[in-house]
Amino acid sequence: MKKYTYTDKKDTRSGFGAGLLEAGKRNPNVVALCADLVGSLKMDAFIKEFPERFQQVGIAEANMIGIAAGMTIGGKVPFTGTFANFSTGRVYDQIRQSVAYSDKNVKICASHAGLTLGEDGATHQILEDIGLMKMLPGMTVINPCDYNQTKAATIAIAEHHGPVYLRFGRPVVPIFTDADQKFEIGKAWMVNEGADVSIFATGHLVWEAIKAGEKLAEMGIDAEIINIHTIKPLDEEAILKSVAKTRCVVSAEEHNRLGGLGDSIAQVLIKHDPVPMEYVAVNDSFGESGTPDQLMKKYGLDDENIIKAVQKVLQRKGK
Amino acid sequence: MSTTVYPNETKAAVGSNIDTEKLKEVASQVRRDIVRMVHGCQSGHPGGSLGCTDFLVALYFKIMKHDPAFHMDAVGEDVFFLSNGHISPVFYSVLARSGYFDAKELATFRKLDSRLQGHPTTHEHLPGVRIASGSLGQGLSVAIGCALAKKLNKDNSLVFTLHGDGELQEGQIWEAAMFAPHNKVDNLIATVDYNGQQIDGPTEKVLSLGNLKAKWEAFGWDVIEAEHGNNMEDVVKTLELAKSRTGQGKPVCILLKTAMGAGVDFMMGSHKWHGVAPNDEQLAAALAQLPETLGDY
Repeated sequence: MKKYTYTDKKDTRSGFGAGLLEAGKRNPNVVALCADLVGSLKMDAFIKEFPERFQQVGIAEANMIGIAAGMTIGGKVPFTGTFANFSTGRVYDQIRQSVAYSDKNVKICASHAGLTLGEDGATHQILEDIGLMKMLPGMTVINPCDYNQTKAATIAIAEHHGPVYLRFGRPVVPIFTDADQKFEIGKAWMVNEGADVSIFATGHLVWEAIKAGEKLAEMGIDAEIINIHTIKPLDEEAILKSVAKTRCVVSAEEHNRLGGLGDSIAQVLIKHDPVPMEYVAVNDSFGESGTPDQLMKKYGLDDENIIKAVQKVLQRKGK
Repeated sequence: MSTTVYPNETKAAVGSNIDTEKLKEVASQVRRDIVRMVHGCQSGHPGGSLGCTDFLVALYFKIMKHDPAFHMDAVGEDVFFLSNGHISPVFYSVLARSGYFDAKELATFRKLDSRLQGHPTTHEHLPGVRIASGSLGQGLSVAIGCALAKKLNKDNSLVFTLHGDGELQEGQIWEAAMFAPHNKVDNLIATVDYNGQQIDGPTEKVLSLGNLKAKWEAFGWDVIEAEHGNNMEDVVKTLELAKSRTGQGKPVCILLKTAMGAGVDFMMGSHKWHGVAPNDEQLAAALAQLPETLGDY
């Protein structure tokens, strides 16, 4: 197992804030909009540098999505910022008609996704957003795993033409990817090569997969860990190449097991190479209040649950 | 960009010097197009389309500075957004007759593989359409975004919208209505097609709009009331007045009283022709009231 260490921990939303500032410096057409959550979305640096290119919209997310769509007419590259729930479910029809169907170059940037929002509870912990967004034709869906990857992804989507959903989180998590990485949309990242099982993880679950991989190595299990940061378009080639070797799969995501990364992978497997697969995901339920760590444990999204899923899928493979 | 005369007689002259009589001729042809399009596919929305014909003809043939060669980004051009997308027949006819595409294509309205979808879309790349609409209440936000981009680009052209009055029941309209005055979006003219009708009946029965003028003013808009939205002279005067009120720190709202179905006597003033197509007999009766001025497609 390749060794991953970290010296610093930061929230992925701060990676977004840093990436937005950098994207703003590189392209004068980058503009930002926020629905009364500037501090939570870490947009302050962008606003300080480019006050005239920031638009406060107030608590009116539907209006924000529409304004962003309109700003593309005139060549702007708008980044909208609010919590994941209010970025997707609340404004689904606005995104569907005014952004996706209209093919507008809007970047929907969503913080506080999943359970790790913590104490605010289920009203704010959306676990359905990846599914909602990936079902929209033409929408790119990205869920980066740490500060550096989120920053790189934010810069990359500014250079990509077309609607994007960028999903990140609230809690402070280890920084283990390279600071100077080049983020390639739709290209999976090989975290660790292995032979016994393929673990495909996205977002906060990538670090859990690394911790699981280390423990599995001590148990004599050689896990291949791949980071699928782009759920759509999915890197089918990387998935099939890995599965050809390992012959079994565990998917891991901070999302409902219905409609998320796991289902996207399962579709690829069913069509090309059916092998046993286990999901590490929320089992079709809402979340609740608690600390992020408590919630990830209770809802089965930590390294221990990845190990259990690996053991189960290895049994099914017949090893 | 301002005055263009098209060799093809199915297209009309466009420009600020066009006289009102000529605009009326164009409107008559557009009304013929509307009833023929809806009859041709036996579906669509003739009532609101006929009611807004004079407004859209005045806008596209006299008021707006626009280029039928069509550039999505509309740099230096006035832009129109149709928020109540179901009145697509009048929008498509006006676009075709002002030169965005060949009027012959109107015959494909709502048919398989057409660029003229039931509700307007950019998806099929029809020139003249900049956003999809149909799901109501979204166009004002989009128009505000376009107006903000124009300000950032130091482009002093204007943004126009049209909304159904029933559409004002959507909450997003009022999010946008609150935003525009706060941010001094004064390069924007939003028009409400105030016909008092919606699918299930008169708006006053379905869900009262109350005092619309007071509502828009309370939100901070400069409101113009226009009583005769189907009188071409009045429509032109109203739009010219609205233009003169832009650039003064407030967005402008026109409450344009129209009659649903205007121009076809048996369709007028009733919600029953909101989304119903005429049969052969009704088509003939309608066309008999509408002189063919530019040549049918």
